[in-house]
Amino acid sequence: MASATMTAKLRLRDKIYEVPAGMTIRDALHRLAIEPESVLAIRDGELVTDDETLREGEVVRLVAVISGGAEGPGR
Amino acid sequence: MKCRRCGERAAINMRHHKLALCREHFLAWLPEQTERFIHKYGMFGHDDRILVAVSGGKDSLALWDVLHRLGYRADGLYIGLGIDGGLGYSAESQKKAEAFAADRGLHLETVDVAAAEGASIPEAARLTHRGRSKPCSVCGLSKRHIMNRVARDGGYDVLATGHNLDDEAATLFGNTLTWSVGYLARQGPVLPASAGGLARKVKPFCRFYERETAAYALLRGIDYIYDECPFAEGATSIYYKETLNRLESARPGAKLAFYLAFLEAKRMGAFPNGSSGPAEDLHSCPTCGQPTSAPGQCAFCRTWDKVRARLILPEEIAVR
Repeated sequence: MASATMTAKLRLRDKIYEVPAGMTIRDALHRLAIEPESVLAIRDGELVTDDETLREGEVVRLVAVISGGAEGPGR
Repeated sequence: MKCRRCGERAAINMRHHKLALCREHFLAWLPEQTERFIHKYGMFGHDDRILVAVSGGKDSLALWDVLHRLGYRADGLYIGLGIDGGLGYSAESQKKAEAFAADRGLHLETVDVAAAEGASIPEAARLTHRGRSKPCSVCGLSKRHIMNRVARDGGYDVLATGHNLDDEAATLFGNTLTWSVGYLARQGPVLPASAGGLARKVKPFCRFYERETAAYALLRGIDYIYDECPFAEGATSIYYKETLNRLESARPGAKLAFYLAFLEAKRMGAFPNGSSGPAEDLHSCPTCGQPTSAPGQCAFCRTWDKVRARLILPEEIAVR
């Protein structure tokens, strides 16, 4: 039987994570073991702070901000 | 969360500054701060010609955008490395850099490594002992050489790169773990030009967190390449960044404090004169004329001569 819990989704690259709605984005990131420092959150095309509460059924896009690896003065 | 300046909904919260800003005020704040750092560290002036090394990524395109907005005379340099990685990485990043320049009427210099030197970076790495499993070493060596050559030949006063605070803190962390005093002595917002022909290098974004440069690029609508270099996976520098971000999460401001305390220690003489190694005692490469730390050919010319020699030999002999 399907759970009746209300959920929201976080999308990071090609992965989608389902979390309970009503929690903050920051709490959801901690729950998913994603460092809040390493991503930005975009809701409906707008950059939002991670204290925003996740709404039922919505999909919040996460943009990874860590780059590098190669020795890169051209970055 | 509300914008500290206007009370509208904030787009970004910078916990280390205890500062949340809306889109409009963040897009004003970042260039203001950049200008402040340019002056504070004496990077360049409005009469100087600046060459910005652009990769198509968020940091370098954001830097070019900011310098352009601030009225500096900044051209771009894109180096085509020939990296595909199944996603056409170099081709895609070049498109982004070219589109950015074309949209703003800016001049972009392009150097294609394969056309100029005879092989792409991954081919060169495969043909030499210099990072056969990963091309990062030959890539870094080649980029440094080409950037310096273009800056020198083009008569630019300064070469600007998009290094952000996370880049700087990760480098500092790595060099501190090994107490690489020579590298520590050379790290900073400005690397002066040398008499032997090394261009002056500056990092105007060195005090911005990576989240801030990414947020700026997104909010400005800059179309940058999201994909990371396919060879970056598992890189030590990324591991250091992740480690520092865990620290930052628990202690907001830890990364910035680490870097600023280092700069202050340096200013106070923690790294005595001479600890920066051979940079003061440079020789001229007989092949290309660029400065090198030891007599004879520079590492770039040695590496690429080897690559070209091996390109004409059967591979089983070449890689022996």
